[in-house]
Amino acid sequence: MSEQVTGEQLVPAIPPPATPVPPPMGHAMLWVDDVTVSFDGFRALNHLSLVLDPGELRCIIGANGAGKTTMMDVITGKTRPDSGRVFMDGSSVELTKLSEHEIARRGVGRKFQRPTVFEQLTTFENLELACRANKGVFASLFARLSGEQRERIEHALTTIGLQAQRETRSGLLSHGQKQWLEIGMLLVQDPKVMLIDEPVAGMTHQEIERTAELLIGLAGKHTVVVVEHDMEFVRRLARTVTVLHEGRVLFEGSMDEVQNHPAVIEVYLGS
Amino acid sequence: MARGVLRQLHTPKQWAALSAVALVLLVWVPIQNLAVPEGAPAHLPNYLIPLFGKFLCFVLLAIAMDLIWGYTGILSLGQTVFFALGGYAMGMYLMRSIGTEGVYRSELPDFMVFLDWKELPWFWRPFDSFGFAAVAALALPGLFAFVFGYLAFRSRIRGVYLSIITQALTYAMMLLMFRNNTGFGGNNGLTDFKRVLGYPLSEQPTKVALYALSGGAVLLGYLLCRYVVTSKLGRVLLAIRDQEGRVTFAGYNPVTYKLFVWTLAAVLSGLAGALYVPQVGIINPSELQPANAIEIAIWCAVGGRGTLFGAAIGAVTINGLKSFLTNAYPDAWLFVLGGLFVVVTLFFPAGIVGILRSLRRPNSKDSGAGDGTSLPAPAVEPAIAEVAHAAASEPEPAARQAS
Repeated sequence: MSEQVTGEQLVPAIPPPATPVPPPMGHAMLWVDDVTVSFDGFRALNHLSLVLDPGELRCIIGANGAGKTTMMDVITGKTRPDSGRVFMDGSSVELTKLSEHEIARRGVGRKFQRPTVFEQLTTFENLELACRANKGVFASLFARLSGEQRERIEHALTTIGLQAQRETRSGLLSHGQKQWLEIGMLLVQDPKVMLIDEPVAGMTHQEIERTAELLIGLAGKHTVVVVEHDMEFVRRLARTVTVLHEGRVLFEGSMDEVQNHPAVIEVYLGS
Repeated sequence: MARGVLRQLHTPKQWAALSAVALVLLVWVPIQNLAVPEGAPAHLPNYLIPLFGKFLCFVLLAIAMDLIWGYTGILSLGQTVFFALGGYAMGMYLMRSIGTEGVYRSELPDFMVFLDWKELPWFWRPFDSFGFAAVAALALPGLFAFVFGYLAFRSRIRGVYLSIITQALTYAMMLLMFRNNTGFGGNNGLTDFKRVLGYPLSEQPTKVALYALSGGAVLLGYLLCRYVVTSKLGRVLLAIRDQEGRVTFAGYNPVTYKLFVWTLAAVLSGLAGALYVPQVGIINPSELQPANAIEIAIWCAVGGRGTLFGAAIGAVTINGLKSFLTNAYPDAWLFVLGGLFVVVTLFFPAGIVGILRSLRRPNSKDSGAGDGTSLPAPAVEPAIAEVAHAAASEPEPAARQAS
């Protein structure tokens, strides 16, 4: 050992970020930093970066295979990225290194595109399971619903309009009701970040209107990310829209800007 | 608090029924056997007591199986391993308590003398103590299940793969126990027991006491499992059974939940094994035959999965039938068992419990779907459901109007 090791050499150099996307100014709720995911050589996400402010309502649109669902999979821990990191709420913990349930416990909630409720359980029991609580084994074994939790569940039941179905096995609910139930499960989970995949698929006009009101009401208290194809619905939510294309952000702006942007028009309508 | 727990477990009517069953098992049967003089028409024949005791051990085994299969969706074909571990632990104590009354009048168990062993292997020594054996009968299966389950569940082994691995485990354990130099009596196993805690096993009061202990174990085991499945944890188990992928996004770690019930079921199976051995008087590797493990699954399926007491009904029905048929028509038994399994799976997926429920409410279409916890798991394997979900999420209709 002839080389002298100085204190300075022991401190590792901080590698420069791979892409020139700056870290978010101020306090970001969700920061997707330069994430790449490949499936058998196909790049589902290609150096995707995204910053969401607390309380923001963001709509994400994009054609088939643009990477919308993959992005949600990465944030929720279902898919591990090849490179890149995801941070949340100013914490230095990388979400990409946590397992799904740990990410959920940190406050990321997800509503799937196809409603996935626990069909053998009643509406109430579905909400009970989703409700914010200690979710360890022994906590569940001795769990009793607190007054506050009960209130939260009742409130969610009212919001999603399923009071009459509270004791119904959720497998017997209609498609639209399952959609609502899943939104209700998100409500009682009370996450900081809500990822909502196609909330209005299979809903009637009236229901779509109610959903829009609900989501707008949620923004502010929660950071809400909505993936949706229904452009009327996206316009109704009227917030910042991010357009994904081939695994990266093509454009970000208001709905009007998006609809008049030449690159977006080309992607959507074809050359 | 206590009243809340009672109400969580059962309605008053169900409690009354359960108390009646307990009374018959723990009071009526012993009295009819011990207090009624032999020869009187009301006397319960002596040979029935160990037979009933054996059935009770199987009932406990079946309840444990239902906890992990009916409620959690883990079709384990390794329950006999835990049963045998408990049985061998108790058997080792019973062997040691023979003392020098064996065939060879030696300090050592007969099979060791026969194998020309000079001294007791080290792992036999602590089994001189009943306390150690009793603890080991529960702790060994529990510990083994915990380690095995941790590795299997962490690696996300599910469905038929877990069934196959547990089946292989049973087989491996059987081969191991068949060997003489493993030190557990090989082919013949452990037998010729004389007494337990000083009480002669050949005397009727001892037999009745063992029977009553088994009855108590079944009742306690049932109430424990009932508490688990009626708690929030039980609902998480159902959720894991039907939608394991989704449960994680609600913040639950399925590995710890599965590990908990898996270990609990193993401990109960070990207890069943420990009570079984003194009553039948032998434990040998044939208990580990793969067919036995499958039979436990058949008890649950025939009785009705996901109800606990369905498993108990199934275990008693099939074993009663077995006792009768293997005497009357020895060749027919396996055909009857197989046929029963096929018929029940095809026509009565909710088992005997489902049939009883549909008889009680002839108008309801779904046999046994009443409380939502009695239906068997949906046929779709979670893995398949996940693939289907992935497939469904990709073909998104292109944005209908971008401009």
